[in-house]
Amino acid sequence: MIYLDNAATSLQKPKEVEEAVIRAFHTMGNPGRGAHEATLQAGRCVYQVREQLAELFHAEKGERIAFTSNATEALNTAIFGLFHKGDHVITTVCEHNSVLRPLYRLQEEGVEVSFLSADENGVLEYEKLPELVRENTKGIVITHASNLTGNITDLERIREVTESRDLLLVVDGSQTAGILPVDVQKQGIDIFCFTGHKGLLGPQGTGGLYVRPGVEICPLKVGGSGIHSFDREHPKAMPEHLEAGTMNVHGIAGLGGALDYLKKKGTKEILQRERQLLRRLEEQIREIPGIRLYGDPDGNRRVGILSFNIGEEDSAYVADWLYEEHGIAVRAGAHCAPLMHQTLGTKEQGAVRISVSHWNTEKEVDRTAEALWELSEI
Amino acid sequence: MRMKKKTWILTFESTTQAMAAEKYAMEQNLPGRLIPIPREITAGCGLSWKAVPEARDEILTALEKAGCHWEGEYILEL
Repeated sequence: MIYLDNAATSLQKPKEVEEAVIRAFHTMGNPGRGAHEATLQAGRCVYQVREQLAELFHAEKGERIAFTSNATEALNTAIFGLFHKGDHVITTVCEHNSVLRPLYRLQEEGVEVSFLSADENGVLEYEKLPELVRENTKGIVITHASNLTGNITDLERIREVTESRDLLLVVDGSQTAGILPVDVQKQGIDIFCFTGHKGLLGPQGTGGLYVRPGVEICPLKVGGSGIHSFDREHPKAMPEHLEAGTMNVHGIAGLGGALDYLKKKGTKEILQRERQLLRRLEEQIREIPGIRLYGDPDGNRRVGILSFNIGEEDSAYVADWLYEEHGIAVRAGAHCAPLMHQTLGTKEQGAVRISVSHWNTEKEVDRTAEALWELSEI
Repeated sequence: MRMKKKTWILTFESTTQAMAAEKYAMEQNLPGRLIPIPREITAGCGLSWKAVPEARDEILTALEKAGCHWEGEYILEL
């Protein structure tokens, strides 16, 4: 199989991940529950991975990173924990349903929501952002890169508005954590939500959120915390404030292994490699009759994603044909980003999405281009 | 019946604070170790640092220098 669906999940993982997970299975108990060696081993591991993430995202301290089971849980925690009846929130048409659906639910509870529009390439119309801000605007929830087009959000332009109008900046880093440089302090990010199993190359079931000191979030879940058992209220100290229940220590250990690998390999090199592969693909397929490429035409303003359609062909058929005939795994359909499809005019057709890993080869990319030419000539 | 002796206990606001302190203490070879919080301090659960009372100043000075946080300190007969 030629795996080109890394925006869904990275299939190949560094060997460090597997080793760390197996080590955890054999040695780690429940972190923060007791003080014997097995629980302490787990607690040390979780703490270590918090520190690794804090270093990667330039957070003030490891305790500003709370673990969740995925980016969706992190985004739900942030969105439901920050915004309440009477607040106004700005988001964009580029968002995934993991941002849109929590906001739609809040709309029913009396939260006002506005959407920043994008042009025909899915590039945000930043100049329209200031006019969306109202008296009761509390924050902006925005993707760092679209999961459909790969377009990278210019967070500097968003920050100009959040800082001048004193708004919270919540960033969905599902497609960028481990791929693009993130400096939460320099970039003025209040909450950064991430998943562990895509660009961070860790196991599924891992993720989390960075929370800036001073930002208060009402937790999504309350329950077991390992401390203050007789208090009726869940402990307020971060990060346990947002981590009720036994966490996925085995997965978090694996994520730690992945972070070791990323540090050795260098995320900058990984991004360069992915862009190089996509450029090679784009050059070979852009002349296919009827092909429509989506996203910013400048590949340096996208992460390792290339979405397209061929004529009026159903994207699901194209994806299925690629897999059936050539064993090439890509994603088709709506990609959980309904407003982005409306903007691109692909609500009915969906789009074929290719998303590469730095482990893909030139040969795999060339075979994919040949297959697409073959399909266009049938 | 076991002999009880004076023990110095340091408590934390969270498990993460306790893990941060332990990491630094181990790196610096500071005396003591993490134990479950004794019931004299709180009836809840959680971790605390146990050491001989004479080590108090050395430990707190080192933890403060490292930017570690804690909740409170106690002398107990354990």
